[in-house]
Amino acid sequence: MPKGKDTALMSWKEVPFGCYILEPGNSVKFKTGDWRSFRPVLDKEKCIKCGQCYIMCPEPAYEADEEGYYIVDLTYCKGCGICANICPKGAITMVVEEV
Amino acid sequence: MLKELAKFKGFSAKNLPKEEPFAPGHRACQGCGEVLALRLALKALGMNVIAVSATGCMEIISSPFPYTSWRVPWIHIAFENAAAVASGVESALKALKRKGRFPKNRRVDVVVFAGDGGTADIGLQALSGALERGHDFVYICLDNEAYMNTGVQRSSCTPYGAMTTTSPPGEKSFGQMTWKKNVPAIAAAHGIPYVATATPAFFLDLMNKVKKAALVDGPAYVHIFAPCPTGWGTKGEESIMLAKLAVETRIFPLYEVIEGKYYITRKITKPKPVEEYLKRQRRFRHLAEEQIRAIQQRVDAEYERLLKLAECL
Repeated sequence: MPKGKDTALMSWKEVPFGCYILEPGNSVKFKTGDWRSFRPVLDKEKCIKCGQCYIMCPEPAYEADEEGYYIVDLTYCKGCGICANICPKGAITMVVEEV
Repeated sequence: MLKELAKFKGFSAKNLPKEEPFAPGHRACQGCGEVLALRLALKALGMNVIAVSATGCMEIISSPFPYTSWRVPWIHIAFENAAAVASGVESALKALKRKGRFPKNRRVDVVVFAGDGGTADIGLQALSGALERGHDFVYICLDNEAYMNTGVQRSSCTPYGAMTTTSPPGEKSFGQMTWKKNVPAIAAAHGIPYVATATPAFFLDLMNKVKKAALVDGPAYVHIFAPCPTGWGTKGEESIMLAKLAVETRIFPLYEVIEGKYYITRKITKPKPVEEYLKRQRRFRHLAEEQIRAIQQRVDAEYERLLKLAECL
């Protein structure tokens, strides 16, 4: 399919000067969650809220909820499995993502 | 000990900074250790930072137009002039403060992020020049031991025996034939106030070292060892474990050089054999007994040398 007006990102007239990006951190709009083939699942009974998964997440996809548990944000999680591997209590398991 | 560091108490697991200067949605590979190191370093530095980024993995994954993962001012430059641009930024800040166009007491750190190719090969002379001129900036080298961005070509930081696309093993060769360049020693030889090595497996150690480097008045250099699952042929989930193993086998010792004095921040008294680290990676799969023995000897000798440096001063 030839790249036309409707498939291109933007026309050359709209490209900002110097290709500057004026909105800081706008990559949050880009959802990397669909790269995932394994999904981390937290067992809250085993969790000791140490925060290792949060600090070792390269995305960062983990965030603390009101109770202090660290919950993964599946819109960004790429399913690398570092959190499951680093967890000292084995509370996180990687489950195959079902489509 | 430097007087700038006297007040710094260090981060602990309880008082980690909340802000995330590096946004999610970047396009690093699954299990990338380099972007984790970058995130932790930025977390330690906070939001009052001007980041200068040489070409490399961290530049391409964080800024595919029209997205950016940086929540701090960021400038991308070529491989060879990262340190030169940072010294320019630092001089400009100084000039603006002198002319009264920028608040005098506002502290802004200038930080360079470059890969091992941009530091040890292409950007070495700009780095040397900037360290020699004594600009107040932090240079962070994210070392994943080859040019991973362009498809795993060897750099001078590639370890002995490693397979890359430009050092392939075969009948007559066994991969990379030279030893890894010791860039922290080169930086320390400039007589700068602060040099350190770190790895994301010990995250508090990394964050404290980066923060100390920023607090120091004058140039500082931090060498961060970052596992690369794609280039090394490892599983994504093993990145942190490999970074830990590299320290535990003494392949990558953690130390600081403060005003010429060596301090080993993590002493390894019972080292694991290097084989344990090597056999987990595809890039070392072809190594024969004698090469592994040569690596073990070299690692032991280097660690002895480092211990002597730390003791006699």
